[in-house]
Amino acid sequence: MQVIRSRDQYDVCVIGSGAGGGMAAKVLTEAGARVLMLEAGIDFDPAKDSKMMMWSYESPRRGAATPDHAFGEFLAENGGWTLDGEPYVSAPGTTFDWFRCRMVGGRTNHWGRISLRYGPDDFQRATIDGLGDNWPITYDDIKPYYDEIDRFIGIFGTNEGFRNEPDGIFQPPPAPRCHELLIKAAAGRLNVPCVPSRMSVLTKPLGDRPACHYCGECARGCAVHANFSSPSVLLPPAMKTGRLTLRTHAMAREVTVGADGLATGVLYIDTRTGRENHVPARIVVLAASACETARLLLNSKSAKFPQGLANSSGKVGRYLTDSTGASVNGFIPKLMDQIPHNDDGVGGAHLYVPWWLDNKKLDFPRGYHIELGGGRSMPQAGFGGGIQRYSGMHESREIGGYGAQLKNEYRRFYGATINLSGRGEMIPNEDTYCEIDPNLVDKFGIPVLRFHFKWSDAEVKQAKHMQETFRAIITEMGGTPMGNMPGENANYGLANGGRIIHEIGTTRMGNNPSTSVLNRNGQAHDVKNVFVTDGGPFVSQADKNATWTILALALRTSTFIADERRKGGL
Amino acid sequence: MATMDRRDALRALASAPLAAAAITWTDTEAVAASQAAAQARQTAQQTKAPYKPKFFTAAEWATVGVLVDVIIPRDEKSGSATDAGVPEFMDFMMVDQPTRQTAMRGGLAWLEHECQVRFDKRFSACTDAERRAVLDDISWPRRAKPEMAYGVTFFNSFRDLTASGFFTSKIGMADLQFKGNTVVMNWKGCPPEVMKKLGV
Repeated sequence: MQVIRSRDQYDVCVIGSGAGGGMAAKVLTEAGARVLMLEAGIDFDPAKDSKMMMWSYESPRRGAATPDHAFGEFLAENGGWTLDGEPYVSAPGTTFDWFRCRMVGGRTNHWGRISLRYGPDDFQRATIDGLGDNWPITYDDIKPYYDEIDRFIGIFGTNEGFRNEPDGIFQPPPAPRCHELLIKAAAGRLNVPCVPSRMSVLTKPLGDRPACHYCGECARGCAVHANFSSPSVLLPPAMKTGRLTLRTHAMAREVTVGADGLATGVLYIDTRTGRENHVPARIVVLAASACETARLLLNSKSAKFPQGLANSSGKVGRYLTDSTGASVNGFIPKLMDQIPHNDDGVGGAHLYVPWWLDNKKLDFPRGYHIELGGGRSMPQAGFGGGIQRYSGMHESREIGGYGAQLKNEYRRFYGATINLSGRGEMIPNEDTYCEIDPNLVDKFGIPVLRFHFKWSDAEVKQAKHMQETFRAIITEMGGTPMGNMPGENANYGLANGGRIIHEIGTTRMGNNPSTSVLNRNGQAHDVKNVFVTDGGPFVSQADKNATWTILALALRTSTFIADERRKGGL
Repeated sequence: MATMDRRDALRALASAPLAAAAITWTDTEAVAASQAAAQARQTAQQTKAPYKPKFFTAAEWATVGVLVDVIIPRDEKSGSATDAGVPEFMDFMMVDQPTRQTAMRGGLAWLEHECQVRFDKRFSACTDAERRAVLDDISWPRRAKPEMAYGVTFFNSFRDLTASGFFTSKIGMADLQFKGNTVVMNWKGCPPEVMKKLGV
């Protein structure tokens, strides 16, 4: 089948419409560039597609997961751990789970809106503990961009003056829920600080976006754009310029290069027709997600770049990390027989615990933060599951049976379970990376990724510390941790690689072209008109969720591109 | 009929973020809307053919109907599991999540077999005391005899599905006094009376 070749050359082709792609499109269109955005998935606009405020009983499945909605049918994401016809592989003996969204806005439709800046130490970890590498930029380099996204996107929180949890430009945080106050009190007695969350949900109107109406359902997509997602916040201003063309169902296959070694455009497949298209562009910005971007570069092989594009270092796909994750549920008798009240709030915890300890005094090198869960949220499929597990936790008697007494137990236990989840820093290691599988292609004929993943002792010990801390807090609340603590043979409950959906680092930035893929501006060392603005450029994880830093880096890189274009450098 | 659905209401909110006004219907509109809804419900009830299960056989359907109401009966506060449409929910879930089917079918068959052995009757034909005799042996995992393990596994899962179906229904949410899923113009956090009760 013949490739359909467009003669219309764009200034910039952006691949991916999530946090990094959306930011690039906004900045570059506003700077005057004609931008084509390729999105592999479906169209999505929270204003019309959100299932916000739908009652569980409005669907016969009551919110249960479906193949397209791995975390529940009402949630915004169109995607999951497996996608039909788009396989990936874990190398023998290793496991990596890859969560993909195929939709406009990508995983900004899915995430928890937890918006944490990396701190000064997070850019200089190698200097502090000798592990991994430093970034080529410092906190001071990125701070103005964090400030700008705080102001433009909107974020709530409080300035606490913590050294490595930088203050920001915050809207007021929502008042805590009841169980959060109870957790905070117990944590406080154990010298664990519990402070207001930092989330990109508006508590005050911003521009033409209203404040949150506290339905607790950010993850369904906000129909009034009161929280951040790319289609709510980044794409509208880009569209308004009249210079953005958004093409959905466009699966990028290859970045093409010319005889001069520069990128000439992008070859993509229309997923509805299977036809291949080529679109010429002066600049290519990859923002397809860390692993998808690595795949695209590795698959962009040419006589000039036989190892794949921007990969003379051989480092594309390397330094992959995910956040560590472990969690414990706790049954809290004090929260039984609750006085009925609305617990919804914003879609996520109103309080969190930033990393609070000194690793020099611990047997593992990096930290984690704690996310709080619980409350009387709307019952959905799965509600009331495993009630027999409460046996002996409250009174010595067994919980179970059937009939009027059981019915009353469900009422009494509603909202009496909390959850503490740790999200911590993994250090890049030689055994964790992605590469192109030598044998397998997806339904479009594009070679797929093969993952290698290994936790080191550092992460396993951190998970142990999470377990012990969470169990101590639950006990201090007068509660009972649910389930025995997983042992060393189960990595202390450490989730599989990829499960926390914070995968980053596959096209890391650095000053040395032989050990990094991008320079400090997110520009490929090997190809000056190729940039990456997703999670790929990260040099290290931090004990913080990546999105706010993806946005700040994307803003910084996009501003660099706009400046270079103005100067005629690209 | 003059209606304003939630989405319209939220759009209105979005377009007037500073107004902070509650979305209101006129009294006449509200009365008209609720009358129309009541009328529609009544008509639907009168003309509705009995539900035809897609997964459960007629015999299974009879058992399921009895069993869910034994688990969640009507009481002074709310209706029963069948009032809340739990069997229909289960039938849907069996088709929607086919991996559940074998355990459900097999579990119900185990229960029927147990009733045949003990009373020479189907579960649905058993007396209340006979049903209780079997269920008492499988609904308390800690004290159940090892040979009842298959029944225990089935009952745990069936009880879970019953609870899910009931408490996600309109009846069940009202029973729990769920107060959320509503537009809150001014979020105040944990109410003072709850703070007082919790001592925070």
